[in-house]
Amino acid sequence: MSFLLGKDMTGGYGAADILHACTIGVERGEIAVVVGPNGAGKSTAMKAVFGMLDLRAGQVTMDGEDITSLSPQARVQKGMGFVPQTNNVFRSMSVEENLEMGAFIRTDDPSDTMAQVFDLFPILKQKRNQPAGELSGGQRQQVAVGRALMTQPKVLMLDEPTAGVSPIVMDELFDRIIEIARSGIAILMVEQNAKQALNIADKGYVLAQGANLYTDTGEALLNDPDVRKAFLGG
Amino acid sequence: MSNRVRISSLFAFMAILLVTVGVVQSPSLALAILNLCLISAIMALGINIQWGYAGLLNVGIMGFAALGGVAAVLVSKEPVAETIALGAPGLLAALLVAAVTIALIVWVYKSMKGRLRSVLVTLIVVAGFFTARHFFDPAVEAIESTDSAATGYLGGLGLPIIFSWLVGGLFAGGAAWLIGKVSLGLRSDYLAIATLGISEIIIAVLKNEDWLTRGVKNVTGLPRPYPVPYEVEIQQSPAFQSWATYFGMDVVELSSIVVKLAYSGLFAVVLLIILLLCESALRSPWGRMMRAIRDNETAAEAMGKDVKGRHLQVFILGSAVVGIAGAMLTTLDGQFTPGTYNPLRFTFLIWAMVIIGGSGNNWGAVLGGFLVWFFWVEAEPVGLWFIDLVTSGMDETNPLRLHLLSSAAYMRLMAMGIIMLLVLRFAPKGLIPESRR
Amino acid sequence: MEILNALALLSNYLVIPALAYGSQLALGALGVTLIYGILRFSNFAHGEMMAFGTMAVILVTWFLQAQGISLGFLPTELLALPIGILAAVLLALGTDRIVYRFHRGKKSQPVIFLIASLAVMFFYSGLTRFIIGTADQSMGDGARFIFTAREFKEWSGLDEGIALRTTQGITVAVTLICVAALFWFLNRTRAGKSMRAYSDNEDLALLSGVNPERVVLIAWILAAALATIAGTMYGLDKTFKPFIYLQLLLPIFAAAIVGGLGSPIGAVAGGFVIAFSEITVTFAYKRVLTYIMPGDNVPDGLVQLLSTEYKFAVSFVILVVVLLVRPTGIFKGQSV
Repeated sequence: MSFLLGKDMTGGYGAADILHACTIGVERGEIAVVVGPNGAGKSTAMKAVFGMLDLRAGQVTMDGEDITSLSPQARVQKGMGFVPQTNNVFRSMSVEENLEMGAFIRTDDPSDTMAQVFDLFPILKQKRNQPAGELSGGQRQQVAVGRALMTQPKVLMLDEPTAGVSPIVMDELFDRIIEIARSGIAILMVEQNAKQALNIADKGYVLAQGANLYTDTGEALLNDPDVRKAFLGG
Repeated sequence: MSNRVRISSLFAFMAILLVTVGVVQSPSLALAILNLCLISAIMALGINIQWGYAGLLNVGIMGFAALGGVAAVLVSKEPVAETIALGAPGLLAALLVAAVTIALIVWVYKSMKGRLRSVLVTLIVVAGFFTARHFFDPAVEAIESTDSAATGYLGGLGLPIIFSWLVGGLFAGGAAWLIGKVSLGLRSDYLAIATLGISEIIIAVLKNEDWLTRGVKNVTGLPRPYPVPYEVEIQQSPAFQSWATYFGMDVVELSSIVVKLAYSGLFAVVLLIILLLCESALRSPWGRMMRAIRDNETAAEAMGKDVKGRHLQVFILGSAVVGIAGAMLTTLDGQFTPGTYNPLRFTFLIWAMVIIGGSGNNWGAVLGGFLVWFFWVEAEPVGLWFIDLVTSGMDETNPLRLHLLSSAAYMRLMAMGIIMLLVLRFAPKGLIPESRR
Repeated sequence: MEILNALALLSNYLVIPALAYGSQLALGALGVTLIYGILRFSNFAHGEMMAFGTMAVILVTWFLQAQGISLGFLPTELLALPIGILAAVLLALGTDRIVYRFHRGKKSQPVIFLIASLAVMFFYSGLTRFIIGTADQSMGDGARFIFTAREFKEWSGLDEGIALRTTQGITVAVTLICVAALFWFLNRTRAGKSMRAYSDNEDLALLSGVNPERVVLIAWILAAALATIAGTMYGLDKTFKPFIYLQLLLPIFAAAIVGGLGSPIGAVAGGFVIAFSEITVTFAYKRVLTYIMPGDNVPDGLVQLLSTEYKFAVSFVILVVVLLVRPTGIFKGQSV
């Protein structure tokens, strides 16, 4: 059983279900990527794992513990970090304050973690006193990821971290994500740029209409002719 | 309970309340309350058009009502030839300068950009202001110093006062157009704050521009609209005196009742016309569109509806209705007294009427107007009686008792606040909810 | 010398009063902007909250004076201020508990909050008038002046004097202390940062573990305290009359919007912008011109742009211009 596992998740926002017995999971130190066409329920699946969606069936476990009924805040306490797709920084606050807010629930001194984040994203150290809203798109994503890392999570969940950034910045961001995974954190990520994302993925989930279509290692999915044809543009 | 039954029973209840006052206190008082209930109901209808149909927040009711009051003066008073001869040329020149200045500003603003534009606009504003003042000040001086105890203003057109009801609507609609142009399309709070501001300014102007409305010196003796008679005249008619004997009533009492009844009739006709128009507008495609916009602005905009334009329309219409009611109120009073316009009484009380009556439902707004005004008037004696009862154990000269008795009138403010909060919490749709069509 | 006289005249009648009035508006606008930033509605009851807090201060002052307690040189009101603040805070928290919390739970639209605040305003205004009536209450004992016009004339040798009233000095000093303390709180403390975070991005703040009810609680405490201080300073400087506080609502809102709703620094700047514009435009320049115009070229009349009765028009015009040109205000607040 995976370290973090959303199993047979069924549910949606209103009366109609968006997810139909969808299962996604990730191991510590690994990267799992969720891909699929628009409207496949990728982000919804991610939100379900994070507790922002009421499930009618299925369950979410972390490290063997059932966390299905916990609120998102409680899941953060348990060691989940979440980076939303949009509005993921405090625009009027400085980079440093953003990171401080990330550590808001910690009772111990977070300065070591902040130093680690600054090591991981050196540009943030340079701009630590600048309001996050004035940074470029890629730098803002780094702030968002850094903010989520401040709680020293065991799992980091990223909702389309590369949306709206240039290819060079995307590569850079993926490199950092690999680095984070190497430090032993489980990474669950939803991505539009399926090919590049599967390249770095240990595990890949292809969703369609709220259900699992293919599940395999990133490499195997990249080489699967059906997946290539249907989702990766040949 | 269906809405229709609900409406009829609530209005029947209201009628019973008024009749009770007529029997217990006096019929003349009941009619006085009824007349103000009718006017309040029209104001509430105006606000319901804005809030209930379109979700627009107007916190400047006082100003729009006062504009109606000005209209009553300007339409009905006889012109003062002397002051017009002295002051009109100067005023006209000032007006012309102001118009040219505004036209220039608009032209510069539209055709230029950047720093040059800001500098030019500032220059034009300053130059225009001083040129206008150059003509304006001496003219005003001349007008106001002419027989200031009796006139000292331009007077009006000398037309029947009933026309002022329309003119009042036009005035208020014009002011609404100005405010709407600026603040519609922004957050709803901004419209609220802007209307609050314009109403304060309107009152300030009316209090200080003596040449226009005599300011705080007030304009009294406004003529009555046809067919409302004057008490003194009918009291002298022999036919009327025989009626009084027939009913076994005092002549003075009966004449006051007849005058009030005549007003009630007029007001009721206006209320019914406006109510009818409102109801048919609500049922028309226009009304459907308004509600669609209110319920989901983004969707309506995506479907190609001109949301801002519709909002402007509805805002002007609602304010015009308030202006009509304002002119009616001044007509009823027979005098225009800028000092009596108070936001608690004119703006916030009307809001209480709309919220309590039922926003989005015209019948609800009318009922709210009746009920809240009735409560407002009757709360004072009831509050006094209540305090008297509570403190009856105390000594006659007990300072606390005396203080409470003198403050009893303010209890109705608190009570009104509490009732509004209770309605917002437990019956957010009001006494007569909006019916789904 | 003539120029110096003109400057002294301007300081005495324009700069000093505008500084004091601007301070009062800034304190009031800070309260409005804080509530807007956290609860996201324009609180129309803020003016009445000021009146209530000030009334509490007056009542406590009367009590202290009856006991023979005073502050000597300073007005006794300063001693009563903490208790007045406490009363206003209790009222605000009680209101939030009974009224606004319900609508928060229901996730009512901001406009419903606004209407609820109208109802609250009704209640407060009745409460204040019920307790103290509608009459004028003059405030402030202690010394009237820090220095008088005559003392200044003797010291400087000018024809024009500058007087600094104690209340004006206190208003500016208290405002400086309050603003400094508030900014220290918002920028340096954990609770302050969580408030800024909540105001900036509610969802992300919740995700970070910020407790919304706590943030709201602090916001009301700050707003009520600021309202009481602003109201008391205004009352000391001029006079206490419940109706005036209702009228102050417009310049206070104008200040908050001009600065950028939700931006504390904007509220302070907006307060002074409004105050200086109001007084500059309604000031009679005649005597200033007699000093600086060469020869006897003194204009007739008062040389006043607008009569003082139109001071509200000034805040309104500034408000309209800001809405037209830059709806987010000088310091970008959240908006539209």
